[in-house]
Amino acid sequence: MEAKLDTKKLTCICCPLGCSIEADMQGGSVVAVRGNGCPNGEKYAHTELTAPVRTLTSTVALVNSKSGMRLAPVRSSEPIPKDKLFDCMKEIANISVSAPVRIGDTVLQNAAGTGISIIITRDIN
Amino acid sequence: MKSYDIAIIGGGPAGLAAAAAAYDAGVKSVVIIEREDSLGGILNQCIHPGFGLHTFKQELTGPEYAARFIEKIERRGIDTLLSTMVLSIAADKSVTAMNRTDGVFTIRPKAVILCMGCRERSRGALNIPGYRPAGIYSAGTAQKLVNIMGYMPGREVVILGSGDIGLIMARRMTLEGAHVKLVAELMPYSGGLKRNIVQCLDDFDIPLKLSHTVVDIHGRERLEGVTIAAVGPDLKPIAGSEEYYPCDTLLLSCGLIPENELSRAMGVRMNAVTGGPVVNEALETEVEGVFSAGNALHVHDLVDHVSEEAAAAGRNAAHYVINGESTHAERIEIELAGGVRYAVPSIIDPSAIAQSITVRMRVAGIMKNKQLSVYINGQRALSRPRPVMTPGEMEQIVLTKKLMDSYESINSILICAEDREDK
Repeated sequence: MEAKLDTKKLTCICCPLGCSIEADMQGGSVVAVRGNGCPNGEKYAHTELTAPVRTLTSTVALVNSKSGMRLAPVRSSEPIPKDKLFDCMKEIANISVSAPVRIGDTVLQNAAGTGISIIITRDIN
Repeated sequence: MKSYDIAIIGGGPAGLAAAAAAYDAGVKSVVIIEREDSLGGILNQCIHPGFGLHTFKQELTGPEYAARFIEKIERRGIDTLLSTMVLSIAADKSVTAMNRTDGVFTIRPKAVILCMGCRERSRGALNIPGYRPAGIYSAGTAQKLVNIMGYMPGREVVILGSGDIGLIMARRMTLEGAHVKLVAELMPYSGGLKRNIVQCLDDFDIPLKLSHTVVDIHGRERLEGVTIAAVGPDLKPIAGSEEYYPCDTLLLSCGLIPENELSRAMGVRMNAVTGGPVVNEALETEVEGVFSAGNALHVHDLVDHVSEEAAAAGRNAAHYVINGESTHAERIEIELAGGVRYAVPSIIDPSAIAQSITVRMRVAGIMKNKQLSVYINGQRALSRPRPVMTPGEMEQIVLTKKLMDSYESINSILICAEDREDK
């Protein structure tokens, strides 16, 4: 017997346009996507409905900065699985880096076992 | 103090883009005056992603987006005065400022670009009754505390207003371990971008209550809770709908107001709807040689648009300095209809449009199946379909020189939202 067709409604978060997308799911995979304004929307519907991911941003403690700043902003080098966000936050909370830092410096590798790095997003002396 | 041809007030995204563009248009004597100790403005505390998709085709965080423009300033060797507060700008454009190394000083530029950005609407401006305990912050203040200073404002959080900063902070505070109980929005629609509702609220099961507001604040020393009530179509609280939410923190994300004390004091005419200066197609205010761009001109949703607009202001200011005067043959005030609340620029000299200009605008309410149309001399000149328009998302229309030149003379320009016509 063929698996039932299930239509899901999504708002695409790839860009500020926020297209309203409809995706047909069958047997756990996406078989059709409608309403997306660009190819990113189709890709988004697939990942969002099967293995959703988000770019994580936060801050890490900064020491020895001439600027007097005590935090440096960071992000995941690529989107990480949504269900790992809080695990990554726990690991990020324990990081302390010494100034100067540069955009792209890796402060944590393989965050929460995702294989994804956490990198600096601001040059601070 | 050195003398400069162009002084740019504010080193945020608008000021940075304006400075680089003015320099590239041929005026090398440019100074950016910034009151903070670093360039980048509000982008420095906006550590979340979502910037630059339009400009760089890539999703950057605020500091990363700022860095791309700061690098342009450094590469060109444009002077910056940091930790420097502009006190006043006189009608003759002389700028009086002060800092710890130079004291109080005055520079006399040939052109000024007003790029001061905006401020958040405060509790006082919202008239929320109740005591004034600790624990009530504007969303942007909380953002600075969490992202720059490293302090958590509280643990049990209610957010009033669904502006983008409030939504972003709902996610940020949640990730840092706070419990965000609710976002209440007075209007029947969100003031923020749809994508932020999804990734900042829905992702963390934070409820959004539309047509709700805070009607009472509890606690004397520290905030203990807020009373939330539903509001009717008249935006007045509905008796009997009150609900008590215990919390130690209330964040306010209830709109942004362009910062224009300097502009007003120097006699720049203001637009009552935008809160920013009235400008012409060159983004020049009604004081000759004084330009404005970014959130000081009108509040934007996207920094990409701020950069684009400010670059135009920078180029135009450079042309003004090179030509020595503004020449305007005509002055047509754009008329608005069909729920378009404002247009920036609002005054057009059709003959002064070099290639094209972007007119940015907002509508008054949610509209579906409309088209944005431009009528010239009472006849429709162009229209663009708009399946959905909301007050929270800025609209824009491009007017080209080609279109303007196709009319022998132009007496009126009207922009309106109207029902969609299928051709």
